Amino acid sequence: MGVVGKIVRISGPLVIADGMTGAQMYEMVEVGEDRLIGEINRIEGDRAYIQVYESTTGVKPGEPVYGTGYPLSVELGPGLLTQIYDGIQRPLELIKSKTGSIFVKRGVKVDPLPREKKWHFKPVDGLRKGDKLEPGALLGTVQETPLIEHRVLLPPNVKGKLVELASEGDYTIEDTIAVVEEEGEKKEVKLYHRWPARIPRPFRDKLEPTEPLLTGLRIIDTLFPMAKGGTGAIPGGFGTGKTVTLHGLAQWSAARVVIYIGCGERGNEMTEVLERFPKYKDPWTGRPLMERTILIANTSNMPVAAREASIYVGITMAEYYRDQGYDVLLVADSTSRWAEALREIAGRLEEMPAEEGYPSYLASRLAEFYERAGRVVAQGTPERIGSVTVAGAVSPPGGDFTEPVTSHTKRFIRVFWALDTALAYSRHYPAINWIISYSAYAETVKEWWHKNVSPEWYDLRTEAMNILLREDEVKEIVRLVGTEGLSEPDKLVLLTARLLKDGFLKQNAFDPIDAFSEPVKQFKLLQAMIYFHRNAMKLVQAGKLNVAQIQDGLADEFSELVRARFTVPNDQVEKIDELRERILNKLSQLGGE
Amino acid sequence: MSEAERTRGLGVSEYETVEAIKGPLLFVRGVSGVAFDEIVEVELQNGEKRRGRVLDVGNEVAVVQVFEGTTGITTVGTKVRFLGQTLELPVSEDMLGRIFNGLGDPIDGGPPIVAEEKRDINGEPLNPSARTYPEDFIQTGVSAIDGMNTLVRGQKLPLFSGSGLPHNVLAAQIARQATVRGEQEEFAVVFAAIGIKHDEALFFKKFFEETGAISKVAMFLNLANEPAMIRLVTPRVALTLAEYLAYERDMHVLAIITDMTNYAEALREISAAREEVPGRQGYPGYMYSDLATIYERAGRAHGKKGSITQMPILTMPNDDITHPIPDLTGYITEGQIVLDRSLYNRGIYPPINVLMSLSRLMKEGIGEGKTRADHANVSDQLYSAYSRAQELRSLATIIGEESLSAVDKKYLRFAEAFERRFLSQGVNENRSIEETLDIAWEVLSILPERELTNIKPEFIKKYYKARG
Ligand SMILES: Nc1ncnc2c1ncn2[C@@H]1O[C@H](COP(=O)(O)OP(=O)(O)OP(=O)(O)O)[C@@H](O)[C@H]1O
Ligand SMILES: [Mg+2]
Repeated sequence: MGVVGKIVRISGPLVIADGMTGAQMYEMVEVGEDRLIGEINRIEGDRAYIQVYESTTGVKPGEPVYGTGYPLSVELGPGLLTQIYDGIQRPLELIKSKTGSIFVKRGVKVDPLPREKKWHFKPVDGLRKGDKLEPGALLGTVQETPLIEHRVLLPPNVKGKLVELASEGDYTIEDTIAVVEEEGEKKEVKLYHRWPARIPRPFRDKLEPTEPLLTGLRIIDTLFPMAKGGTGAIPGGFGTGKTVTLHGLAQWSAARVVIYIGCGERGNEMTEVLERFPKYKDPWTGRPLMERTILIANTSNMPVAAREASIYVGITMAEYYRDQGYDVLLVADSTSRWAEALREIAGRLEEMPAEEGYPSYLASRLAEFYERAGRVVAQGTPERIGSVTVAGAVSPPGGDFTEPVTSHTKRFIRVFWALDTALAYSRHYPAINWIISYSAYAETVKEWWHKNVSPEWYDLRTEAMNILLREDEVKEIVRLVGTEGLSEPDKLVLLTARLLKDGFLKQNAFDPIDAFSEPVKQFKLLQAMIYFHRNAMKLVQAGKLNVAQIQDGLADEFSELVRARFTVPNDQVEKIDELRERILNKLSQLGGE
Repeated sequence: MSEAERTRGLGVSEYETVEAIKGPLLFVRGVSGVAFDEIVEVELQNGEKRRGRVLDVGNEVAVVQVFEGTTGITTVGTKVRFLGQTLELPVSEDMLGRIFNGLGDPIDGGPPIVAEEKRDINGEPLNPSARTYPEDFIQTGVSAIDGMNTLVRGQKLPLFSGSGLPHNVLAAQIARQATVRGEQEEFAVVFAAIGIKHDEALFFKKFFEETGAISKVAMFLNLANEPAMIRLVTPRVALTLAEYLAYERDMHVLAIITDMTNYAEALREISAAREEVPGRQGYPGYMYSDLATIYERAGRAHGKKGSITQMPILTMPNDDITHPIPDLTGYITEGQIVLDRSLYNRGIYPPINVLMSLSRLMKEGIGEGKTRADHANVSDQLYSAYSRAQELRSLATIIGEESLSAVDKKYLRFAEAFERRFLSQGVNENRSIEETLDIAWEVLSILPERELTNIKPEFIKKYYKARG
């Protein structure tokens, strides 16, 4: 077993202990008589600096510190899905039942994965004794939830000749299901293994993201798309819609496994997911969402050191399912709270602060985190491609995007969904500002849209973007000189932009029809608006109609079009075709054609 | 709690080794067996006793924060007693109807509190998997809140105000009128005054007395002339009682905490004394987490009948919502009600800026069976129409109102009516949710039907009454 040292100082979440010679950097330790969980994050001589994941109230100098000999690790195996964990992978349900309290008590020891539960293991066909197996080799499967078949793999650091493989049957995670031998040494393989949270899991090859990660959110899928294996950030002041959008992604996106990290945010937001996800259906498979979800909760009032750990615990789980060949989505709400935890610990360690008190390694930590996203060829046989998509909320103080966390994050992500306080105040949700947001994947996902929806997609999208950009300029002119001098084409831009904003970009997350928009519905709405714009522009430019006439003549149809997002369900999109034709016909009548 | 009880705890140790005094902090040398966060009694040379707590402890030195301040403390002759326990509050249902100081000692001359239990004032984090999502509509009788920023039981919804704005009057109106429809039971009120002026505290006291509510109110008072360090304790003491009443005594508690700005300033003071690296505007980098340990003490829990609804009040320095105090608060609470000086100056009460206000828990608390089926649509429409009207108002100042289109002019009329009819109401006017929604339809009906694109056609048919 590990070292035993003695506490010499306590300052909030930081504990300093002497007599720690032999302890490793990032080793997990147990602190004080209550054996609170902590992690070493600096060593000087025989002195260790420990960040403690639980409240240190009542701890005294002189109390012992016990080393465990291993780093902060995650237990990986069947039983992760549907769970809610705290920041260091303790199941919160178990803590509740074990303590019989509604509060999270200190020093509670619970196993991350159920030890008693039996899983039905099926070995893969074709494996023979004596086969040479590489890390990541598929040994068999376990149906973890009705939605997810858990692929049991040889852990990343294990390889060798297969000596034994369990036959089909029911096993606990502690049972040995395979034995491999390398250089005369036999290793037992179980349904689970541990992996150090701060170390990325290995893979064979990194690939470019090519497929969209569809989310059912129109402004995302159509204007600022995410790709499987991509990275995105959603910054915004308080109340601008980060959490609602991330809940939306967790709920609607076409990922197979979703890891939701509530990092320093509200308790009720976790409760909301816990109550809602077992009831709501995954729109792509029709099964309860909870069957594909893992929750990690370190709420804002929980100990701050565990907040720092929660991000790593979550991404390690994401990589684990990626290695099984799944498309995983990880959402982190909010990465700013993680950065602040980093800052608080660094401050207690009296490290030299860089910008706004953040430690100088803030940028490299952010880079390392986002670098763990990606689409990869996993280790082992048979070949599997999996992906981890990361979407992180950023909570800039005062909504100011020039602050360190936002500005550094921007360097490491490819999709930027910038939330806008002014839009949020006017209840334009999602309040994603279309002028400053961007996605590096718009080109990448074009092919998918053209093949699966319509070859017109990219052109329509570009036209819509141009109308919105032009509207921004025209509005600026109006602010200075009023509407008087506007040309008719510019007036038409204002009109169409309003249709786009009210009828396409706005999307009510709480309306059962509007909340989730299938690609085809997104496309048809966009098509109706842009076709109208094209035809109207011709008539206006030819002087056959002015915009006021169009506005009056088509007022009822416009109301109908703007309402279509919440009146036309996904399976009745032909109604949008019909409406579009009516609008175009009436328009040409008005224009005397 | 008597003095004897206080010191009876295990491991009391006494030192006369005050080495340094800095701001509200004492540095005590040569201590042993002292615990982090332990509670301390400081006895001055003249026999006066003060209380404090351990902020940092090592083998040689303990740093003690003195709640009542360090004025008059000397390095020689001062006794520092470590009491072997953390700061606890004796709690009891009998505390309702009583008045306490900011540390929880009775100051109303009444009998001592017979404790049913003692609780650590820091509380513990509620387990997210033990929470129940709040969804019971609280009718406050105030249209801007009920109609557009609905409060639900177990929510934390602060008032963001400015100095001189009528936040106290509004908070009192809400406390008086708040009911959950279909239930008889009234809220028990836990009131925490943090560094507010004497007359403000008096206003609340008189108000509770006059409305007859005083028997269901526990008041914890730390006034402007009292030691600032106590401000860090007062909200925690109050919420400790609130938790006891909610989770052990099945009560629905409304916690009013005012003014959180004074709390944050006390936090900044202690941080400066400890020479910590300051964050924005000198407030400590951990202020978010610290505030969260207060605001998150609201909610409902599995198997518990009671609840805690929090209504903290804060004054925004210079009316600036991006100031760290309102900013960090907004990042933690479940929305905010923002009071607006220009509405106030135009004589509108309550001067609620609805566009800047938000209730995040509204959606679960409204709709059929709770309020009315059209509620969500009506609220959305009011927001989008009013924000459009605000845009048009500023446009009209450039190009003149005459140049606006006929429809746009209707938006201006709508905004006028919205502010005068819907927002404005008397301090004693208690509107039912139906009245609120009916007034909303009345003002929305100023607009042409086809402008109401947020509303489902069936509701338009039922409630819209064109008024040209
Ligand atoms: N797409 C949407 N549809 C409807 N309402 C929305 C939408 N997005 C946001 N909102 C509204 O905005 C409110 C605030 O959103 P949210 O909680 O996501 O903000 P946030 O950016 O996460 O804030 P914070 O940083 O304080 O956590 C929600 O409670 C909801 O009322
Ligand atoms: Mg949020």
